[in-house]
Amino acid sequence: MAQPLVKKDDDRDDEADYSPFLGIEKGAVLQEARVFNDPQLDPRRCSQVITKLLYLLNQGETFTKVEATEVFFSVTKLFQSRDIGLRRMVYVMIKELSPSADEVIIVTSSLMKDMTSKTDMYRANAIRVLCRITDGTLLTQIERYLKQAIVDKNPVVASAALVSGIHLLQTNPEIVKRWSNEVQEAVQSRAALVQFHALALLHQIRQNDRLAVNKLVTSLTRGSVRSPLAQCLLIRYTSQVIRESANNTQTGDRPFYDFLEGCLRHKAEMVIFEAARAITELNGVTSRELTPAITVLQLFLSSSKPVLRFAAVRTLNKVAMTHPMAVTNCNIDMESLISDQNRSIATLAITTLLKTGNESSVDRLMKQITNFMSDIADEFKIVVVEAIRSLCLKFPLKHRSLMNFLSNILREEGGFEYKKAIVDSIVILIRDIPEAKESGLLHLCEFIEDCEFTYLSTQILHFLGIEGPKTSDPSKYIRYIYNRVHLENATVRAGAVSTLAKFGAMVDALKPRIFVLLRRCLFDNDDEVRDRATLYLNTLGGDGAVVETGEDVKEFLFGSLDIPLVNLENSLKNYELSEESFDIDSVPKEVKTQPLAEKKAPGKKPTGLSAPPTGPPSTVDAYERLLSSIPEFANFGKLFKSSAPVELTEAETEYAVNVVKHIFDGHVVFQFNCTNTIPEQLLENVTVIVDASEAEEFAEVATKPLRSLPYDSPGQTFVAFEKPEGVPAVGKFSNMLRFIVKEVDPSTGEAEEDGVEDEYQLEDLEVVAADYMLKVGVSNFRNAWESMGADCERVDEYGLGPRDSLAEAVNAVINLLGMQPCEGTEVVPSNSRSHTCLLSGVYIGNVKVLVRLQFGIDGPKDVAMKLAVRSEDEAVSDAIHEIVASG
Amino acid sequence: MESCPSVKNIILLDSEGQRVAVKYYSDDWPTNSAKEAFEKSIFTKTQKTNARTEAEIAMFENHIVVYKFVQDLHFFVTGAEDENELILATVLQGFFDSVDLLLRGTVDKKEALENLDLILLCLDEIVDGGIILETDANVIVGKVASHSIDSGAPLSEQTISQALATAREHLTRSLLK
Repeated sequence: MAQPLVKKDDDRDDEADYSPFLGIEKGAVLQEARVFNDPQLDPRRCSQVITKLLYLLNQGETFTKVEATEVFFSVTKLFQSRDIGLRRMVYVMIKELSPSADEVIIVTSSLMKDMTSKTDMYRANAIRVLCRITDGTLLTQIERYLKQAIVDKNPVVASAALVSGIHLLQTNPEIVKRWSNEVQEAVQSRAALVQFHALALLHQIRQNDRLAVNKLVTSLTRGSVRSPLAQCLLIRYTSQVIRESANNTQTGDRPFYDFLEGCLRHKAEMVIFEAARAITELNGVTSRELTPAITVLQLFLSSSKPVLRFAAVRTLNKVAMTHPMAVTNCNIDMESLISDQNRSIATLAITTLLKTGNESSVDRLMKQITNFMSDIADEFKIVVVEAIRSLCLKFPLKHRSLMNFLSNILREEGGFEYKKAIVDSIVILIRDIPEAKESGLLHLCEFIEDCEFTYLSTQILHFLGIEGPKTSDPSKYIRYIYNRVHLENATVRAGAVSTLAKFGAMVDALKPRIFVLLRRCLFDNDDEVRDRATLYLNTLGGDGAVVETGEDVKEFLFGSLDIPLVNLENSLKNYELSEESFDIDSVPKEVKTQPLAEKKAPGKKPTGLSAPPTGPPSTVDAYERLLSSIPEFANFGKLFKSSAPVELTEAETEYAVNVVKHIFDGHVVFQFNCTNTIPEQLLENVTVIVDASEAEEFAEVATKPLRSLPYDSPGQTFVAFEKPEGVPAVGKFSNMLRFIVKEVDPSTGEAEEDGVEDEYQLEDLEVVAADYMLKVGVSNFRNAWESMGADCERVDEYGLGPRDSLAEAVNAVINLLGMQPCEGTEVVPSNSRSHTCLLSGVYIGNVKVLVRLQFGIDGPKDVAMKLAVRSEDEAVSDAIHEIVASG
Repeated sequence: MESCPSVKNIILLDSEGQRVAVKYYSDDWPTNSAKEAFEKSIFTKTQKTNARTEAEIAMFENHIVVYKFVQDLHFFVTGAEDENELILATVLQGFFDSVDLLLRGTVDKKEALENLDLILLCLDEIVDGGIILETDANVIVGKVASHSIDSGAPLSEQTISQALATAREHLTRSLLK
């Protein structure tokens, strides 16, 4: 095991697999580590053993607590040796072992000695190690040395102290903030990286002080920053300042734009790129401002370095989403990138071209892409498919060639995700472009003739069942569907039977033939297929004479299951254990929380076939439990809705308060979540005094004060109001936080006996109509809409006045109503002049509401809206109109 | 975006995707198995690309990865999705050139393992807790190599020749630049 680890140049003809760590084993190395305890240290031997230990850690081996402690203690012995190389390894080893607080004490004195050593390397490394392993208490002892080190003339030492400062700022901000004079001095350093580290630290110290950041940027953009990295930082800080000052200086030139533009002529590529990217990301950037940035990015496109090409094309891709015209100049360079070796670059180039292309260039582009598609991985193909989908929605006239392209790639080899992306795209195109419907459905039919994915087959069959009967010649789909009954597995066969039944229900002319086919299915060898065939034959009246299909049959066939599948699954699991018969009405209809799934996909694209109604990210369950545990609120009945928290204080104030509005049938409870951000204070008897003088229908009935609010541990206080039962009362409330404040001694953590009463003004809060609306989606809006019927429909038109964009108007109305957008209709394609948005929700009193909004925009940005509401209660339909009329 | 440019990890693998040396600076991969899964995924996806003359780049699970291969060694540097790609490439180049200098031009797995202490020190000098310390290979090597000369202990024959060789190499390279 004691193979020397030094370089051997002459014996290169060893077998290829030779490794100095061959057969290495933890136990043996730990044994070897005993050499650290020898009275006569052999530095080289010790270095080798440390390397082996590090190798083990690097390979993912872990040491037990005991082993780690033992190694740590013996490693500390090595501080006796004066060998620099060994000391260097000791530093790395200590950092890797990350010793516990009581172990740290052992090395503290050794490290502090090194920190004041004459050897620069010792000083720099000892600082880094000590700051890595230390906690706050030790920091005050070494603070003096760290401040000296920041302005040390050796750049390595200064950088070590500054970088350590950046890390320590996370845990001990109040100490690091005291160093800003030294850091300020280091920003002027002649050493490039010291300047970079000092600038990073200085900005982090001051980041909450807008004025100070502004001053920092102003002075540095005038001077000369030497290091390219520091220059990149400065560009980032500058764009932050620009972003924050944008509101004040609406007129004239953008401040600091000249600096950014100047950076485009810097000699370091990383600075040029950083500046170009910063310019493209400016809020409301004009095309005049964009031009110089686009020009340098265009030059990068033909660079020999893949990294540069990638960076440029990725940025231009983003620009193309908002300013497609600005990027068109690069189209020729972009087209040559389609054949780039690096497929990420090629894919980005393609998707950029698809965004910037005009109607006439579509065909040429599609030809190029066809060649390209065969030799890229599925993940890239999916990106291309999505880009083609949006292109098709942009140029509906081109649907023929684009649809052909999709159907061609659908026939080629590919994995599930890829095929699913194509099918989803075709489905969306069928839905949005009526002319594309028939050809799209036929493409899908051909696809299921030879489809290896059961999931996709059943989804397509389901979709065919809904869309097929409405086409001009429904009979031509029957063959494709019935073929499935012969050739596929049981799941697909069952799906095909349901689809056949839907055709039978909708198209009376086909009914007799459908019955023949369904009767044949009665002899299937699978239970589910036979059961379905029997069921449908009975519901459609296939046994006797041909009858008109009743409404309830259609509802049965097409109606959506308005029960969340998770709830159904749970109920069925309980049913399996119980003796009672299953009652579907007993399944709860509330949408349970979906804790993680929500966060991961913000603003997800419409997903075609499978657009399940996702519930709002509510924590209703948790709130319900919390509120029912408080006796004062226990008799309020069932919680209807809890709002998302609304901040009542600005960020970074002494006390942070937000409010959650809990709506009950006859009551409203405000839950104030308070956080005390002052370590030297303890708050007691915390209440919020709510003034409801501007909310006439509300009467305060109960308050629940918070007994004690220590530093940094949030607590809640509640105020409850009574309001007329079932009425969506609205109003405005002003709030005052009242409490008794006691001084806390930071060293002991004990509070003083006597406190002082104090108040703190909070922002107003409002109860609005949207608070009485639950966001509940439906999976198939059209079905839900039709089954709701026009009995309680109310339609009216509204002028929304001038708006920035259609999307802004749509969002404003969605927020006003507080309803769940369905089928991805909240997304407004850019440049469109009209838009239809579908909303669904449940109004207080458990009344289901569906809304269809049609927006149109004309010349001077005037938006008009047609609002159609359907609900189970006409009073509610009227109420929705009132919300819009008054909002 | 106002934050300091940062590196999430530096990875050095062999031609079978096995670790030679790795260093993670972020908690995006909390366990060793998560780390290994990430390494496996970047290794298999980049394996067939030609990253021998110029550094290549790709995106993985919302990370930017720049990479470069030489002999049977695969160098990777990972950063956040919105990181400046060219900064990451500079870090990669700094690491790559340092290793080249430290191993005196014979950069392969065998040499790397035999001089693992130098590689680990080199990693330690390039990035500290995600923050870039130094990207100039000559400076990095200067910091790492100066330590192999023992000041207090008696100088053995080998360390002198080694030191001289490193110095000579160092000098010729900086002249050739």
